[in-house]
Amino acid sequence: MTISRKDIEKVAVLARIRVDDEQVSALEKDLGNILELVDQLSAADTDSVEPMAHPLNAVQRLRPDEITETNQREAFQAIAPATENGLYLVPRVIE
Amino acid sequence: MHNKSVAELSRELESGKISSVELTREYLGRLKKEDEQLNSFISITEDQALADAHAADEQRAAGKATPWTGVPFAHKDIFCTNGVATTCGSKMLANFVPPYDATVTENFRKAGAVCLGKTNMDEFAMGSSTESSHFGATTNPWGLSKGEKRVPGGSSGGSAAAVAARLVPAATATDTGGSIRQPAALCGVTGLKPTYGRVSRYGMIAFASSLDQGGAMARSAEDAALMLNVMAGFDPKDSTSIDREVPDYTATLDEPLKGLRIGLPKEYFADNLSAAMEEQVRGAIRDYEKLGATVKDVSLPHANLAIAAYYVIAPAEASANLSRFDGARYGYRCEDPKDLMDMYTRTRAEGFGAEVKRRILVGTYALSAGYFDAYYLKAQKVRRLIQQDFIDAFREVDVLMSPTTPSPAFIQGEKSNDPVTMYLEDVFTVAINLAGIPAMSVPAGFVDGLPVGLQIIGDYFSEARLLNAAHQFQQVTDWHQREPQ
Repeated sequence: MTISRKDIEKVAVLARIRVDDEQVSALEKDLGNILELVDQLSAADTDSVEPMAHPLNAVQRLRPDEITETNQREAFQAIAPATENGLYLVPRVIE
Repeated sequence: MHNKSVAELSRELESGKISSVELTREYLGRLKKEDEQLNSFISITEDQALADAHAADEQRAAGKATPWTGVPFAHKDIFCTNGVATTCGSKMLANFVPPYDATVTENFRKAGAVCLGKTNMDEFAMGSSTESSHFGATTNPWGLSKGEKRVPGGSSGGSAAAVAARLVPAATATDTGGSIRQPAALCGVTGLKPTYGRVSRYGMIAFASSLDQGGAMARSAEDAALMLNVMAGFDPKDSTSIDREVPDYTATLDEPLKGLRIGLPKEYFADNLSAAMEEQVRGAIRDYEKLGATVKDVSLPHANLAIAAYYVIAPAEASANLSRFDGARYGYRCEDPKDLMDMYTRTRAEGFGAEVKRRILVGTYALSAGYFDAYYLKAQKVRRLIQQDFIDAFREVDVLMSPTTPSPAFIQGEKSNDPVTMYLEDVFTVAINLAGIPAMSVPAGFVDGLPVGLQIIGDYFSEARLLNAAHQFQQVTDWHQREPQ
């Protein structure tokens, strides 16, 4: 299966990664080759096969509904790019 | 002293022949001198290591030692270390200092081991050559004497190169598609990827959550067993951790191999394997027969689909896991973003390297509307078929053996511009991660002066049997003792 420039530009927006025109050309080739490799899967007969999400068929564990974590806001905000008054700063969203 | 194993160093410390501070100073000196040409470390934590060594000596004097108390080692830079930079080989996390420890890190700390620093790796563990690290490529110590700069394999290439060059006796590593076994093979060391869920993933920066597994990189199976004794166990902080008793992995190392049934998957001895590689691996298998094992051919009929399934599932999971790196809460942020979308897209374009971006885009594509069934769901079904192949094989044999890699270490830059060729480096290892079973690579010979690895694959939770098989092999061979010049 081939992947078009338009597809790459669309996926880049979904993935929140800026790509310029030159990069799109390189990605067209690389992603096309990867998808060609992946297309081998279509040869497998999987009609009656259950998809496998976990190797050990484990189910999600439950725990008592109790607070176990302590508040570490200061420690976590100390490594953030920008904070103010205990909040994470990002560019203005609403004018 | 740097030529001794973890087990030997532990005995030297116990006997009082050397202190942890002396040992740590010796390794740090060697590391600072020798790593210039290898670049196997991203950071060296000298002050912390010496403080930990002092504490370890006090602990021993107080009679509270474990086998690891005062023994130097290193962590792959994917394990979070409280107060110490944890970069995952990426510009995105170049300034990230975690405020907490990974469970694996905490376990080694509690055991009294002395961490000398963090080892180099492919960015976010994506790669087979440790060339995609933001901090520069690691060079394989083998080949240097001939003036060749070869790759150490990836993504745990820093750990493998450091152990091979005797800069540390052991190092932690992780394996998503072969990232412990493939570098272990190319550097001539012993690498163990345990069963999925055996070692906690808490605090291990996630790449593909259903495949990632922490494990051991050491010079011998005995040292790998000592590492797994510290690493394995149930962790309530990891929802995929398995609540199952942990044996003493050193207790069964000396059991004889008489009657061990070895299966040779015919798909792993096919056209893509050179005659010279095959000769070395078959030579190792003959050694096992001399030890009393029996050998038979088996088939893994869906082995040829493993790479294709892996390169849908791993990127799909990576695209979700790496969405957290958006410049808002930690890590890199682009300069002067004009709005939120600009911050996200420029931060991720500037912070991630080419291979990481490729995989995020492939994963996003595979999960996007219209392609989910054709790619992701199909790959998860093929994954079941691959798992069933292994379940069927283990009805007939105790372990499977194969080459770990199709060829020895290649020259740096040889494959870095061709992602698909690079992906095929893991052709014998990825199926094991898809099935979630354990496997090891042990040194088993040389081709053109470069190490060759033998892969030993086991059924779920059979780590003790794998370590026993590897240890017995290492009692009658000396491939694991060979040292690069």
